[in-house]
Amino acid sequence: MRPPDTANPRVQNMTDEAAGKMRPARPQVVLVVLLVMLVAVFLWSFTVGRYAVPLPDLLTVFFRKLFGLSATWSSTLETVLFNIRIPRIIVALIIGAALSASGAAYQGLFRNPMVSPDILGAAAGAGFGAAMAILYSAGSITIQLVAFICGILAVMTTYFVSRLISKGHNSVLVLVLTGMVVTSLFSAFISLAKYTADPNNKLPEITFWLLGGLASITAKNIKLILIPFIIGIIPMFLYRYKLNALSFGDEEAQALGVDTKKMRFIYIFSATLLTASSVATGGMIGWVGLVIPHLARMLVGPNYKYMLPASVMLGGAYLLLIDDLSRTLFMVEIPLSILTAIIGAPFFIYLLFKGRDSWV
Amino acid sequence: MMLEIKEASIGYRQRTILNNISFTVDDGDMLCLLGPNGVGKTTLFKSILGFISLKSGEINLDGKNIRKWSKPCLAKVIGYVPQAHTPPFPFTVLDVVLMGRIAHLGNFSSPSRNDVRIAEESLERLGISFLKDRTYSEISGGERQMVLIARALTQQPQLLILDEPTSNLDYGNQVRVLLQIKRLSAEDGIGVVMTSHFPDHAFLCSSQVALLNQHGFEMGSADDIITEDNMKETYGINVRITSLADNHGMDVKSCVPLAN
Repeated sequence: MRPPDTANPRVQNMTDEAAGKMRPARPQVVLVVLLVMLVAVFLWSFTVGRYAVPLPDLLTVFFRKLFGLSATWSSTLETVLFNIRIPRIIVALIIGAALSASGAAYQGLFRNPMVSPDILGAAAGAGFGAAMAILYSAGSITIQLVAFICGILAVMTTYFVSRLISKGHNSVLVLVLTGMVVTSLFSAFISLAKYTADPNNKLPEITFWLLGGLASITAKNIKLILIPFIIGIIPMFLYRYKLNALSFGDEEAQALGVDTKKMRFIYIFSATLLTASSVATGGMIGWVGLVIPHLARMLVGPNYKYMLPASVMLGGAYLLLIDDLSRTLFMVEIPLSILTAIIGAPFFIYLLFKGRDSWV
Repeated sequence: MMLEIKEASIGYRQRTILNNISFTVDDGDMLCLLGPNGVGKTTLFKSILGFISLKSGEINLDGKNIRKWSKPCLAKVIGYVPQAHTPPFPFTVLDVVLMGRIAHLGNFSSPSRNDVRIAEESLERLGISFLKDRTYSEISGGERQMVLIARALTQQPQLLILDEPTSNLDYGNQVRVLLQIKRLSAEDGIGVVMTSHFPDHAFLCSSQVALLNQHGFEMGSADDIITEDNMKETYGINVRITSLADNHGMDVKSCVPLAN
């Protein structure tokens, strides 16, 4: 048997050099690759499922629309494309991006890689709102709106109760614990709504809505997710570098010159808009906000300057792929939360294995 | 930059921990706070750094009360070196040191090439440039302490506050870290306030020593403050203060605990 190579300094140098070459790609390069991948997934999504639109047709439509040329395609294609396919693809992208961005921000804010965007009660609140709206036979826009408002109200409850408890001391721990309380409270309200619902029609409707899906998304639903998304993602993006300092803890961040109170409010405000509007539009879709930030961190490192954009692009592409699967895998659509869990859980185990050096 | 604590009482809500203390730290001064656990050393730091507000009295920097100062303004003049702990994410050492620039950055910016240069200079000055690309959570405790000092230097402060910079370090690293701090203070004229549990650390590098114990607050030169009586009163143990000559024939004092 040969002695280990490390005994020889020359060999050691060479392995060091080799290791140097193997170093992860520059984050900027990774971001460009992710963008290309996102565009590819976006275009590919048109070509699968029922009413598939082949790529050349799609590009023709886009091109001629862009330059105001006359239509060379059937009105059926136009309806399918602009009323169903494009809205659904855009909503899937937005939800994936929104949940991943919120998850990434919360993991830094709460200094815990196990945090997901529903921790302060946004998802449970939105779910309750939707359940109530369905109970009162509301239409899809009303369901979306009521769910969104209830999601915001739930987080406001968490935020203000925790401020009362910690009396200006502003403890992150109190915030998380209050969030857990509010979440379980609203989960109980959801159960109550289900319990009182008519088991023949309302109960299944609530259940399926909560499982998540984009089958009923049309152009009408876009506004109510696009506006909160834009209002939420912009401040989160602009202030993202400071999240790095916050992940070192409140006092350290303050000593580095971060106004932690203001920053925490901004991140919670943004993440709440993003999460509540996502859940209000697509139902309770788990795992995305937990898994995607880990993947992003593995690809570009933990620095939020690159990690947040990476999370947004990965999250958008991921949920779009999941939604493509959901509508093509079987004759019936599979609820999104089932797919995200079945794919997300084993994938998370894989990430834990890969990254175990930094955990254990 | 002169730090002036004037008749300050500090503590949390109902509890006052330190009453009516006054002292000043000038450019290039090195003040070492000694005192038993729980006497309020860390609380004093938190007050200076603006984490908690004073119950009465004032804290001035160059004669200006800092009560209303914003966090970025404070962070440009005061660098804080906390006790080392690791964040939950695998930041590189350069990432960590660069965070010292936050106070100097615009609201929406991240560090520029110039900021990277300043961070690299800090690493260079402490002789730890080789750590630059390592993962912060994977380096040793002594290295981590040096990285945090480098981060504080990157803030380009005029006053450095260090919370037990030698805790968790081996004997050699304790002395090395202290001598580095002393050198920085002498070279840049940075005022330094630090806490320690070892009177010998104060003999080694401090121009001034403040003793906090149940009887209050006393400040002066190391020779005046670190006496056998004071140590007995503060820590409840018997010690001898000895003096011996170093390699250059200078007197070096040491505080030796006695077994009986």
